[in-house]
Amino acid sequence: METKAFQKIYTSITQITKATCSLNAEGVGYEELASVNGRLAQVVKIQGQNVTLQVFGGTEGIPSNAEVTFYGRPPVLKVSDDLAGRFFNSFGLPIDGGPEVEGDEREIGGPSVNPVRRKQPSELIATGIAGIDLNNTLVTGQKIPFFADPDQPFNQVMAMVALRAKADKIILGGMGLTNDDYLYFKNIFDSAGALDRIVSFVNTTEDPPVERLLVPDMALTAAEYFAVDRNENVLVLLTDMTLYADALSIVSNRMDQIPSKDSMPGSLYSDLAKLYEKAVQFPEGGSITIIAVTTLSGGDITHAIPDNTGYITEGQLFLRRDTEIGKVIVDPFRSLSRLKQLVIGKKTREDHPQVMNTAVRLYADAANARTKLENGFDLTDYDERTLKFAKEYSDRLLAIDVNIDTDTMLNTGWELFSENFTQAEVGIRKEMTDKYWPRKK
Amino acid sequence: MKENNLTRGKVTGVIANLVMVDVDGPVSQNEICYINLEGVKLMAEVIKVFEKRAYIQVFESTRGLKVGTEVEFTKGMLEVTLGPGILSRNYDGLQHDLNKMDGVFLKRGDYTSALDDKKKWSFKPLAKKGDTVAAGDWLGEVNENEQPHKIMVPFKFEGRYKIKSVVSEGEYTVNDTIAVLTDQKDNEVPVTMVQKWPVKVPIKTYKNKPRPFKLLETGVRTMDTLNPIVEGGTGFIPGPFGSGKTVLQHAISKQAEADIVVVAACGERANEVVEIFAEFPEIEDPRTGRKLMERTTIIANTSNMPVAAREASVYTAMTIAEYYRAMGLKILLLADSTSRWAQALREMSNRMEELPGPDAFPMDLPAIISNFYSRAGFVYLNNGETGSITFIGTVSPAGGNLKEPVTESTKKAARCFYALSQQRADSKRYPAIDPIDSYSKYIEYPELQDYMKENISDTWVDNVMLVKNILIRGKEASEQINILGDDGVPISYHVDFWKSEVIDFIILQQDAFDPIDRSCPIPRQKYMLEKVLDVYDTSFEFESFEEVNPYFKRIINELKQMNYSEYESEQFKRHEKELYYIIDEKKSA
Repeated sequence: METKAFQKIYTSITQITKATCSLNAEGVGYEELASVNGRLAQVVKIQGQNVTLQVFGGTEGIPSNAEVTFYGRPPVLKVSDDLAGRFFNSFGLPIDGGPEVEGDEREIGGPSVNPVRRKQPSELIATGIAGIDLNNTLVTGQKIPFFADPDQPFNQVMAMVALRAKADKIILGGMGLTNDDYLYFKNIFDSAGALDRIVSFVNTTEDPPVERLLVPDMALTAAEYFAVDRNENVLVLLTDMTLYADALSIVSNRMDQIPSKDSMPGSLYSDLAKLYEKAVQFPEGGSITIIAVTTLSGGDITHAIPDNTGYITEGQLFLRRDTEIGKVIVDPFRSLSRLKQLVIGKKTREDHPQVMNTAVRLYADAANARTKLENGFDLTDYDERTLKFAKEYSDRLLAIDVNIDTDTMLNTGWELFSENFTQAEVGIRKEMTDKYWPRKK
Repeated sequence: MKENNLTRGKVTGVIANLVMVDVDGPVSQNEICYINLEGVKLMAEVIKVFEKRAYIQVFESTRGLKVGTEVEFTKGMLEVTLGPGILSRNYDGLQHDLNKMDGVFLKRGDYTSALDDKKKWSFKPLAKKGDTVAAGDWLGEVNENEQPHKIMVPFKFEGRYKIKSVVSEGEYTVNDTIAVLTDQKDNEVPVTMVQKWPVKVPIKTYKNKPRPFKLLETGVRTMDTLNPIVEGGTGFIPGPFGSGKTVLQHAISKQAEADIVVVAACGERANEVVEIFAEFPEIEDPRTGRKLMERTTIIANTSNMPVAAREASVYTAMTIAEYYRAMGLKILLLADSTSRWAQALREMSNRMEELPGPDAFPMDLPAIISNFYSRAGFVYLNNGETGSITFIGTVSPAGGNLKEPVTESTKKAARCFYALSQQRADSKRYPAIDPIDSYSKYIEYPELQDYMKENISDTWVDNVMLVKNILIRGKEASEQINILGDDGVPISYHVDFWKSEVIDFIILQQDAFDPIDRSCPIPRQKYMLEKVLDVYDTSFEFESFEEVNPYFKRIINELKQMNYSEYESEQFKRHEKELYYIIDEKKSA
């Protein structure tokens, strides 16, 4: 990003904080980009002559006579089909050694879709993971996060979902990724031979935290290009949104804003909604689906970040280690996909809703039986059978390493019902049992 | 108004959507102004004045805005346009018609008109030459989606007027003059079908506002039976995410016994609004056989639309509701969610560096909320007709904690409280309204009690009180059973618990997705309430506690099948008969 000859250069900074600096300047537009001694910055406040800049790279070593130039435009991303297969930093510059991408300049963080022009989401996304496809079906145009503790393998699961979903493009927005996770994503996409449909914007833990604020907008601008201009189905992966929110709170803190709950800025809900609401089914066929990760601290979902996220997204997925089988499963109790009722039993087999609900109900019975056991009460025969069912259900369906299609999931469900219960105990509508209850061998 | 009288100003500062403007003349609080950003006019509202500087909140993104940009003030406050053609429309928070906007993405400053000025309406006069009239009096009516839409003397008119002329029956557009009035100084004033009104000012052209007394049927049993809301009443639904707020609000908007439904989708998910857009034009209103959309207006400010317009959206919706109330109609106003509105207030207050109240919300939040709720109500109009606005807002408490400022402020203002419980939602007991924590203050109104005695039955109120007691006793019994173990308590505890479960499964729980069960009219609610009380009144004999659970499950199953059957059908009666066989099995002699 070279400076141009006719640009005015300011050299008198009036105030420097850890994330911002201020100076007197004229003719500056709000949200305009600037360069402070070569570091990228953005206008966040104008008061008369005084302009405050948020310096993405941090202000370490910035002198009060730093050279400041203004770009006369907000941050942009150059979009074209050449984005595919490339890795970029938060500013949209290549980090994979390749050339810069040429194309149309698009402002990032652009306007919202007119709600009357949206289409109701209706296409399911198959992942092969029963905890998702069977119990919490995803739909194109949906936005859904994994609520996960930092020690859970959320990035692995997300990469798996991304590769199995038949999306035309996968856009990875990595915020505060460790270098190891960054390389993991790179390798797994590479070895799956999927690099040509992947675009990555990555801010690693080695990069300054405030830079992260650009990553989701960059990723979503690229997504809008493929979904709108190319009518493609785009899957956007954002990890980790908690680190994004932390960066928001750093900036608002430096600007002396009054924090609301959990030291987060009062605008957290709007800030997050602006990103997540980019998930949309377009009428012309393109779509943007967002799968995000929000790490929790100690499983606390009442913290401002997961709480606001939950009010914005269409459900949430929880991972849990099932000690009975020693594998990670998608928790059937706490996970929810709000849009699943738009597709289950409609785009999938008619028995889907009933099998799903019944299995979860029986799994809940098993949890009760386990509590009884722990409290030293005697188990009934039914209790014993629910426990056996629960173990097999976890092992053959919920475990995330299982990869089967939805019909197989449903058939497996019926097998488990018939092996452990009578038709009356299962209590599914008679027309369904008549059709799907496995015959005795 | 002459152009040169208007105040102008220049931008001197920008912080997100708060803009500082130095002005060359007088400005008033809440005055609307337009920022001329390279030919695009951005609408904004004055929210603070300090000497020659006006602080304005911009209803759009301020990206690219520079110091020195011109601003024009309008002298007017934020107004809505009122006239025939509001129904079935989808507006943004400032009443711009979303369907008239071009392109997939919203553009800044794309301000479309609220009404269709080409459409001809067939006008019928209701007043005649020589009549004396005042603001809000009916001059005539047009047919808007089969609703009698009254053309009224504009609300801004002060004092008495005489009708000089009214046009005869015929086809007119909204901008045609349909009457000429003369004021007390004999000045002639033409009246069209359109008028404007500032959204922050309540329309008060009614005679008086009594305590509401008429039940508003919603078809949701746990509301109508246990905690009824009334025509002109106020209620709110707080609940953590995933507890079914939106499904419940949608159910109410589909089924409620209202002439007109105004939905303010305020800072919520766009896909939820899309669901209304997709479904309402298809679903039939069972009372009129017409499509639901015909009686509905949607004000959509989804969470990604500009924050300042979110605050305006609830006022826009309320003003539209007040306009229709003045026509003698029953309006249901729903706002999802009022927390997002409060957050919009918080964002602005924060940028203006005001001293914060609890959780950084502005200090006057309780006052703002109660003022807003007070605009609902049942009214007698000057001509003796009645109209009402029933307002139900949802609240999204941070962390599901009901002790936060928005919930607490709303609790003081609203008279019905429908607490959604996470526990009920987790165990799939929908609607997840907690029967014990929730309340309706109206049920204590003698006016409403009389109304229900007359229109439902003499024993209704007593029965409802009894049901509440049974539920509390059931909860106590269940706690005892959990502490002492199944065999550590007398069998009667199990019976008490299961009798309350019968009420839970049959009256409280309702399947919003079942074509029959989703809406339950009052006569049917009365019938089912009597059935569950029959079960309650029976004394049963059991040998051991183990018999209780399976036995009551059978009772619940039969009653549930009744809920799923067409009322009074063969199937319904068959299950009812079966129910009494089961009851007789264990009835004590």
